[in-house]
Amino acid sequence: MNSFLPMIISRSQSSNIMNFFVPIIAILLTLITGSIIFLLLGFDPFYALYTFFISPISTSYGVSELLVKATPLALIAIGLAFCFKNNIYNIGAEGQLTMGAIFGGGIGILFHDTNAFWLLPLMIFAGALGGALWGLIPALLKTKFNTNEILTSLMLVYIALFILDFLVVGPWKDPNGFSFPKSRAFSDSGRMPLLFDGLRVHFGLIITLFLIFVSWFVFSKTMFGFQLKVSGFSPKAARYAGFNQTTLIFLAFGICGAFAGIAGLSEVSGPIGLLYRDISPNYGFTAIIVAFLGRLHPVGIIFASLIIALTYLGAEDAQLFLQIPSAVGFIFQGLVLFYLLGAELLINYKLTFKKT
Amino acid sequence: MSIELIIGILEIILIATTPLVFAGIGELVTEKSGVLNLGVEGMMLVGAVTAFVTLVITGNYFFAFLISILSGVIMSGLFAILVLFLMSNQIATGLALTIFGIGLSSMLGKEYIGTPIDGLSPWFFVIFSFVIVFFISYFFYKTKMGLILRAVGESHNSAHALGYSVIKIRFLSILFGGSMCALAGSYISICYAPMWQEGMTAGRGWIALALVVFATWKPERVLIGAYIFGGVTILQMNLQALGLRFPGQFFSMAPYIATIVVLVLISSNRLRIKLSAPASLTIPFYKGR
Repeated sequence: MNSFLPMIISRSQSSNIMNFFVPIIAILLTLITGSIIFLLLGFDPFYALYTFFISPISTSYGVSELLVKATPLALIAIGLAFCFKNNIYNIGAEGQLTMGAIFGGGIGILFHDTNAFWLLPLMIFAGALGGALWGLIPALLKTKFNTNEILTSLMLVYIALFILDFLVVGPWKDPNGFSFPKSRAFSDSGRMPLLFDGLRVHFGLIITLFLIFVSWFVFSKTMFGFQLKVSGFSPKAARYAGFNQTTLIFLAFGICGAFAGIAGLSEVSGPIGLLYRDISPNYGFTAIIVAFLGRLHPVGIIFASLIIALTYLGAEDAQLFLQIPSAVGFIFQGLVLFYLLGAELLINYKLTFKKT
Repeated sequence: MSIELIIGILEIILIATTPLVFAGIGELVTEKSGVLNLGVEGMMLVGAVTAFVTLVITGNYFFAFLISILSGVIMSGLFAILVLFLMSNQIATGLALTIFGIGLSSMLGKEYIGTPIDGLSPWFFVIFSFVIVFFISYFFYKTKMGLILRAVGESHNSAHALGYSVIKIRFLSILFGGSMCALAGSYISICYAPMWQEGMTAGRGWIALALVVFATWKPERVLIGAYIFGGVTILQMNLQALGLRFPGQFFSMAPYIATIVVLVLISSNRLRIKLSAPASLTIPFYKGR
């Protein structure tokens, strides 16, 4: 007898093919839902989708902007993969990014009249340090006091943003800035070098690609990567194998914080060039979506960061040409994650209409 | 300090704490049934904006709250379908709900930023927040339905074996949580503020989640926790207003730092957390085993 609704049957082994197709299914469903939303708002869905997803990257300037946005997203997402692979839910990357920008940017402000080759490397190091320190707080609280890392890492986002706010309206305010809440501009040698003349894509992209490659190596070729994976799949097995969970938590949070910190620094020393209040349009939160959409895999994360970066650009264009509020970009990001999580069912279960 | 000033401060603390109580008790019911919904902040924002926009369009407070609660039901229903029927990861799905809610609320409210409205007196809701907490406490510990809900949260397989519908009970608990979060949001935009601003809940949804841990999943303790946070928030505002020679940002951090400190103090007792947290929290229920 056939049933009307599909039945959900557990697979004996998770499906590798579905692991690959699930993100694609999610993106297609998001596009379909997006067209329906545009239709309801009274726009021609094809024209709206074209404005949203094609026209922003139809020029070399557009492609460069796409890479500018994808750079921090990919870097934070690969850092988050270190945590998520081990079921550690660090959702405070936005705070770690902010701390990285404060530490690295602080060096930039201190040496605002110095032009030297060592300035940018020092800023990058300080950025990584700031992000890592901020990331280690929830790790310490989790391992030492059993405190839920989701809530502590998130509270630290608000605290980091207040510290940044305090600095740019207080001690680090530009003395010649007409009391605007912003710092002095960094010197030229404190800025990320541009990769092409006239385009904003910068050296941060190279750093990101390098760190993604390093992460791929760590995940697939080292004992640490193996330990992360095992602890994620089966904490019990990891305990029997004698893996030290405390060390893994510290390393995952530290690496993720450092990556987010570098992403923050490369934002302020790349496209921005100084410190002010709104240095990140929620990159730290959006990177969570990138990490999941990329299935925590280095190559997947690269593609996912480009797709999600496109929702930022598309939202700007949609506001400009269609007068749709740019927040629609966040709706697309939420939708794609919903569909992805729903479709993940297909990895571990199969649907059938036959009664078994 | 005069008596009037003290009474004034106490009044403000009551008014400011009420949304935390609503969102906290809603999330507590959801978690008691074994489901963790991290979408509180998103549902509060959507609840706030839908109430505000409905009020501006219709001028009717009743409709405003009705539509807002409906929005909470829809948002949490979306979450429920994903985690209950598609067995998705509850933590990731809750985060998606918050991100989606932030986007949806700022899109819906774009035209209404700065629109003036006549705020509603908060006192009915302040009293209602106490009533609902004691009602939930009564429901959990004195009624059969409450016992069943707790059983589903502790061991869904046993509850299922006894013939209770795990999915139905969890679905209803999630919807209740969603409507309370929306109520908290609409209270903020219509009684407390009263206005609409992007991201105006300012992390209260996350503090509500922390409250549930602080309360060790016991309803009355949500009240205690909420008033500690509400007190700290109002106290720092008053100290800031006194114009002490100390940067305001450090006062503004106080509620978030207090949340971390309180969480650390409560959670460091591992045994207490293990005994009080619903044993099936975040574990999906799959019938076909």
